[in-house]
Amino acid sequence: MNGELSLEPTARDLAASGLRPAELERVRQLLGRMPNRIELAMFGVMWSEHCAYKHSRALLRTLPSESPHVLAGPGGNAGVVEVAPGIAAALKVESHNHPSAVDPFHGAATGVGGIIRDVLAMGARPIALLDALRFGPPHEPRARRLRDGVIAGIAFYGNAIGVPTVGGEIDHAPCWTDNPLVNVACLGVAPVEALASAAAREPGSVVLYAGARTGRDGIGGAAFASEELDEHSAERDRSAVQIGDPFAGKLLIEATLQALATGGVRALQDMGAAGLTCATAEMSAAGGTGMEIDLDRVPRREADMSPLELVLSESQERMLLVVAPERADAIAAIYRRWGLVAAPIGTVIAEPVLRMRAGGRLVVELPPACLANGPVYALAPQEPAARRARRAMEVDGGARFASVRGARAIGAGGAGLIASAEAASGAPDEALQALRRAWLALLAHPTVASKRWVYRQYDHMVQLRTVLAPGAAGAAVLRLLEAPPRGLALAIDGNARYAWLDPWAGGALAVCEAALNVACTGARPLALTDGLNLGNPERPEGAWELAGVIEGIGAACRALGIPVVGGNVSLYNESSGAPIWPTPICCVLGVLDDVGRALPSAVREPGDAVVLLGSPQASLGGALFLEAVAGEPLPAGQPLRPDFALHARLLALLAEAAAAGELRSAHDLAEGGLGVALAEAALLGERGLACALPPPAQHEPLEVALFGEGPSRVLASVPPACYDALSARCAAHAVPLVRLGEVTAEPRLRLRTPAGELECDLAALRAAWQSEERTR
Amino acid sequence: MSGRPAPAGAAGRQPHRARAASRAAGGERTTPRSAVRLGPRLSSLSLERLLRAGPRPEPAPLPPARAETGALTFGIVVFPGSNCDRDCEYVLREVTGVQTRMIWHRDPELGALDAVVLPGGFSYGDYLRAGAIAAVSPVLGAIRRFAEGGGLVLGICNGFQVLCEAGLLPGALIHNRDARFHCAWTYLRVERTDTPFTCAFAPGEVVRMPVAHGEGNYFAEPATLAELERERRVLWRYVDARGEPSPQANPNGSLHHIAGICNAAGNVAGLMPHPERASESLLGGTDGRRLFASMVRWLLERRRG
Repeated sequence: MNGELSLEPTARDLAASGLRPAELERVRQLLGRMPNRIELAMFGVMWSEHCAYKHSRALLRTLPSESPHVLAGPGGNAGVVEVAPGIAAALKVESHNHPSAVDPFHGAATGVGGIIRDVLAMGARPIALLDALRFGPPHEPRARRLRDGVIAGIAFYGNAIGVPTVGGEIDHAPCWTDNPLVNVACLGVAPVEALASAAAREPGSVVLYAGARTGRDGIGGAAFASEELDEHSAERDRSAVQIGDPFAGKLLIEATLQALATGGVRALQDMGAAGLTCATAEMSAAGGTGMEIDLDRVPRREADMSPLELVLSESQERMLLVVAPERADAIAAIYRRWGLVAAPIGTVIAEPVLRMRAGGRLVVELPPACLANGPVYALAPQEPAARRARRAMEVDGGARFASVRGARAIGAGGAGLIASAEAASGAPDEALQALRRAWLALLAHPTVASKRWVYRQYDHMVQLRTVLAPGAAGAAVLRLLEAPPRGLALAIDGNARYAWLDPWAGGALAVCEAALNVACTGARPLALTDGLNLGNPERPEGAWELAGVIEGIGAACRALGIPVVGGNVSLYNESSGAPIWPTPICCVLGVLDDVGRALPSAVREPGDAVVLLGSPQASLGGALFLEAVAGEPLPAGQPLRPDFALHARLLALLAEAAAAGELRSAHDLAEGGLGVALAEAALLGERGLACALPPPAQHEPLEVALFGEGPSRVLASVPPACYDALSARCAAHAVPLVRLGEVTAEPRLRLRTPAGELECDLAALRAAWQSEERTR
Repeated sequence: MSGRPAPAGAAGRQPHRARAASRAAGGERTTPRSAVRLGPRLSSLSLERLLRAGPRPEPAPLPPARAETGALTFGIVVFPGSNCDRDCEYVLREVTGVQTRMIWHRDPELGALDAVVLPGGFSYGDYLRAGAIAAVSPVLGAIRRFAEGGGLVLGICNGFQVLCEAGLLPGALIHNRDARFHCAWTYLRVERTDTPFTCAFAPGEVVRMPVAHGEGNYFAEPATLAELERERRVLWRYVDARGEPSPQANPNGSLHHIAGICNAAGNVAGLMPHPERASESLLGGTDGRRLFASMVRWLLERRRG
């Protein structure tokens, strides 16, 4: 071993690295010596779950990632697809769960900043952000503090940096109270020929550091992200949370795009998780090269930073560029013009070795591939028996559901409601009143309630692309200024209740829902990126959830022909020993040929026919109704698994019918089923509806027909003149179509059921739906 | 300052006082010659219109032909944290049809320009106070000279904040009433149509434009507010759909429901709403484009003399 690498690790360093004894032994074998304390720390962060995907990599490889549109699949900084001839879109989702639990404002803000730079690293200008957020029940002070902090942090960063936050979703349940989830997706666009890579291929290239200076914030963040949280996390781990500076982030976007335009940038990557360590190791490993880095030249905030701090710091708003030597000065000058620092800190070398010097001494000498390729662990999945029992509960039997759970009281929210057809035959008014209460309770549930008070805090219009703003549809729709009249649709969805009961279904249904939300605007789904948030995979239960979710996503994507172009895995989401519900998030990108024909969720014209497209089936298995109305603390029943063939036909039908102008609106049925979808479509359009329950549903218990959930269901409105054409198109695609009624000018929602007419003023529905807003 | 000649009377510093005083006294309205500075033809004509402004807005005049507008050049100031600079450039070029030139924040000279737009964003990060640092940037010196020479200067959102911080417009924009960022469509009432920024609107017209800001709460001393009202320098006010001001229709708590104002000379205006975001029907509305069309129309009138 080189005598200069003699910074012997102490027992404390070994513990701090987070490496297991077997992993340390493997490092020792790979190097043929003990790593010094800096190298050890570098292995610690690079072999953390966050960077190395140790428990998920083998499964992720099974996901389909190819299609004629895919330009760059998983493995890069972001996935890239061609969305118009010569125009590429880069897409990536990233989690910032652990930092947000400790410091919600900065944790969320830096989550936004990090994902923006991942997209920027592909050479694309970031044009849209979406967030999938999970918190505890908002009546709990801690959950509320985390929620408000996260939302403020997203607003702080996204608004200032000038990238619109165009959509997202929020769910609440006790499992996320101490471990909130913050998943941020970013979309960017670039001409295909301007796309960049992260592979440092050409020896002799200059390694250029650009952006903000390196400070002591965020040291060990990647490793921290891979640990379970405990009650001391908030105090102990705050130094592991980075501080975001959206102004510097904005400068970095503009300067980097200008630098790329010079043609002198050969590769680039964000210095995010694991900072300089990760960027140098991954860029060299990807190019099959090495790097010589002089740590003394790294711009820093404080003069006395140690080499260890310099290689581990996760200070934000920094990029590492590999540039042509003759262009290095000109590119550095661009960054300086934007008020950023830029410094050549090293050179790419042919020898696949990462060498770092500090104070003239060699302090790091490692093969980059060893750092970049962590160990892969097999899972030992086993379904917990209690989960199977929960799933086996009969929930669709109406009054019978109450007896399943014996004497246990039901209905904290719904005042003992189980309104079945049987009950209705005895006392129809009582059943109708109970249904009406359930309807309002679901609309007021924080998961369903209007999120206007949230997205109003985000600039969702900057860049002049937003055609369908948050709330207007299940997917955001942006115009593609680079190829008019084309448009892009983007949805982010996931349902942890389904995934907790049936991980495979949870994964598959997240794909189906996001794709359907995109299709409801009239777009064709083109690519998907996923964010998997789960507990400890080393436990059999956690492994079962992880394996099931990934298999479900894979099955759905293969069946629907949607490639997975990238994603993120966040494991160890547990607090005080209790894991979160498995929470797979899918973000689907779609393309519209004519953005002017994009469909909103809202019904608009009185006299239009209201129809239900797709599956007639609904179930309370995993439905929000059980929690919001029946007061069940945990999900129950078997969520309906998707019929992929029907789903694919429905996706195709929607794109065709929208393009042909046969639809005026389309709204995916999700939490709260048909009842919630009818109310939302009416409230958004400020129109009434006069509908009847479809015939098959008339034989079901009313709460199943109204609030049952299931995939492949769309509520649409149709101009009367187009009804026949749509009907023929549905027949041709073998997609069931049921006419429910029509849009009315009267601000009232009326629904005929076998128990009588259920009706409610829009004003009362709105009061429930916007109840969350009134408390702001 | 840039080479373009100032409009007649632009050097005068006592604009609408005489007229405002005569209004306040209920006296007969004349067309004061001082107001002609706002545009030789527009001022006299629009004053009359304003008087008989009814609830029904008149149809807006058509924008001028593109061949004419293309002869005008608008400068767009780029502070490092500007984020609506490219949006303004796009709308001015593609919708309004003028030439555009980006002006870097360190430029001490503007060069030949017909108008300057300070776009929205976070000029220098605005961690201190929105627009505070931008107010002392090199380009503001050039903009000040341009304005003093009668050049048209429009500040949108952060641009409005910068103009207030720089003293080119009175008052200040403080944190929103509820301390939150607001991004939403608002209704505005166009308070007068005899200015370079409003001459393509109908008198009393209620228009829609979005706001997106955390610090848009207009504040000024009572004396300044009284002066603004007396001189009719409030150009846009937050109202409801029927044109009535109300706390609910006011997104940020601005005093007197002020959304935008102009300076005493009438050639510098600022507003918090984003006209560039309301310039294409695909994005939800086209009322904003008439603000730019107003500037174009006034500039072309001035050219014709």
